[in-house]
Amino acid sequence: MASRLRKWQTEYLGRTLVTAFGLFVVVLTLGILGFLGYKGSATFIDYGHSLTEFLISSKWSPGEAGQSGSIGSAVFIIGSLEVSSLALLLATPLSLAMAIFIAEVAPQRLSTTLRSVLEIFVGIPSVVYGWIGLAVLVPFIADLFHLNFGFSVLSAALVLALMICPTITSVATDSLAATPNEYREASYALGSTRWQMIWHVKLRAAIPGILTGVVLGLARAFGEALAVAMVIGQSNRFASSLLAPTNTLTAVITANMGNTTTGSEYNDVLWSMAALLLAISLLFILLIRVISRRGQAS
Amino acid sequence: METETCVQTSALNLYYSDFQALRSVSLAIPRKHITALIGPSGCGKSSFLKVLNRMTDLIDHCRVEGQVLLADEDIYAAAVDPIMLRKRVGMVFQKPNPFPMSIYDNIAYGPRLHGQKGKHQLDEIVEKSLAAAALWEETKDRLKKSALSLSGGQQQRLSIARALAVEPELLLMDEPTSALDPISTGKIEELVFELKRSYTIIIVTHNMQQAVRISDMTGFFLLGELVEFANTNNMFTAPQDKRTEDYITGRFG
Ligand SMILES: Nc1ncnc2c1ncn2[C@@H]1O[C@H](COP(=O)(O)OP(=O)(O)O)[C@@H](O)[C@H]1O
Ligand SMILES: [Mg+2]
Repeated sequence: MASRLRKWQTEYLGRTLVTAFGLFVVVLTLGILGFLGYKGSATFIDYGHSLTEFLISSKWSPGEAGQSGSIGSAVFIIGSLEVSSLALLLATPLSLAMAIFIAEVAPQRLSTTLRSVLEIFVGIPSVVYGWIGLAVLVPFIADLFHLNFGFSVLSAALVLALMICPTITSVATDSLAATPNEYREASYALGSTRWQMIWHVKLRAAIPGILTGVVLGLARAFGEALAVAMVIGQSNRFASSLLAPTNTLTAVITANMGNTTTGSEYNDVLWSMAALLLAISLLFILLIRVISRRGQAS
Repeated sequence: METETCVQTSALNLYYSDFQALRSVSLAIPRKHITALIGPSGCGKSSFLKVLNRMTDLIDHCRVEGQVLLADEDIYAAAVDPIMLRKRVGMVFQKPNPFPMSIYDNIAYGPRLHGQKGKHQLDEIVEKSLAAAALWEETKDRLKKSALSLSGGQQQRLSIARALAVEPELLLMDEPTSALDPISTGKIEELVFELKRSYTIIIVTHNMQQAVRISDMTGFFLLGELVEFANTNNMFTAPQDKRTEDYITGRFG
């Protein structure tokens, strides 16, 4: 009897618990997906807007209290895309250079230290980056380019670049360090310099990992709300230049979710934006999967 | 039979920090012959090979003393560039180690490092090297495929072809068949035998039958010392040193 109870405990209790929690997570995820889909569709079903208007129009005056206006979100979609891709463009080369330094050039002790430092940087909350951006970067940009305000696409991209650099560097470093030592020896034995070895063999072998890091960085930049909202200027117009303010999906949601009433058109269109963000994040995750699968296949 | 010397070491000592891995090794490797190095593991065979292409430079706390002459030139002289030396002294490792790129790019890797850019010349080098490694027929229709899609034996022949592509004078092989099945091993042995027409080869092997089958000269290492160096037939039929005899009759190691 006692042994059966024991068996039940060790064997079935554990399995049941794990299964239950697993199912719970699945249900929760599906629930969130369903909820976002449901809330996000109200704009189109209840208020009769078209998806094309939402995605392509830049006319933005959503109605409150039962009224209906325009919900064109192109400014924010473009804003999100330009800020995060610019951040990526700035962060990727820098991160790669740092990763190569940490994984290949720095002496062992320095390399270990830098890796721990990186992990700390990955964990810094985004509001801190935003605040530093607001306090230091925005005035600096204003000074540098003789502007009235430094709130701009450039400020947001720089803050984001700083924020995602540690993520990309960290993943790229791991991936460089994980390339088999045999490649290194084989390259040297053919008469390559250290730099040729790193450039032609190590980097090439590490590409899937590096790309994963880049996509992770992109996902983080694209989904970042607070830090961007603090320095982008939140102007509902397309940016005429990198030094002009504009707005992003995440910043609009953050700024307005508290001031709109549930069921109003304004509130509903924010949910549509959230659903769009989720869809794009899922796309990024899919991209990571494809890249890492291709990496394993070769 | 009078033969030319390809590489010669005299009073060669090698230290990893305080540990001495090679003890006063002096030997002359004949050109366009196959020299086998045998001995129990840990006796310094791989270390000896690494001295010959200065891969030892890449190991921290590793120190080499003595003289190594490659075609009468001291390869440890200050004026010698180890990069250029490694172009002259190719190396094939125990584990097949193709780069994660296409078959073509693997072979073209070395020549490209050394400045060969012409598509036509590269095509020629790739074909010639693969043919020399008896791999051309199997791969000519899939040169753009990943080298990692080849079997283990093919990968090892690819590694040999890649080493041949930079036209070394001397080819070092460190237990090139120990990770392979008997059929692939047979193919590599045949290949090595063919290659001695044009190349000087030093092959480390833990397989004494292999040494007997393919080599002209054999060196027996023990605890960092070159115990005996002789014509392969003589060594295996009439070893001069008691320790050699014990080893080849399987009494230890
Ligand atoms: N990088 C190294 N650092 C320290 N000791 C080493 C290193 N490489 C080899 N050794 C030591 O040197 C000795 C000879 O090694 P090795 O040349 O690899 O022998 P073999 O190839 O005959 O098995 C061994 O005792 C080994 O532990
Ligand atoms: Mg060895």
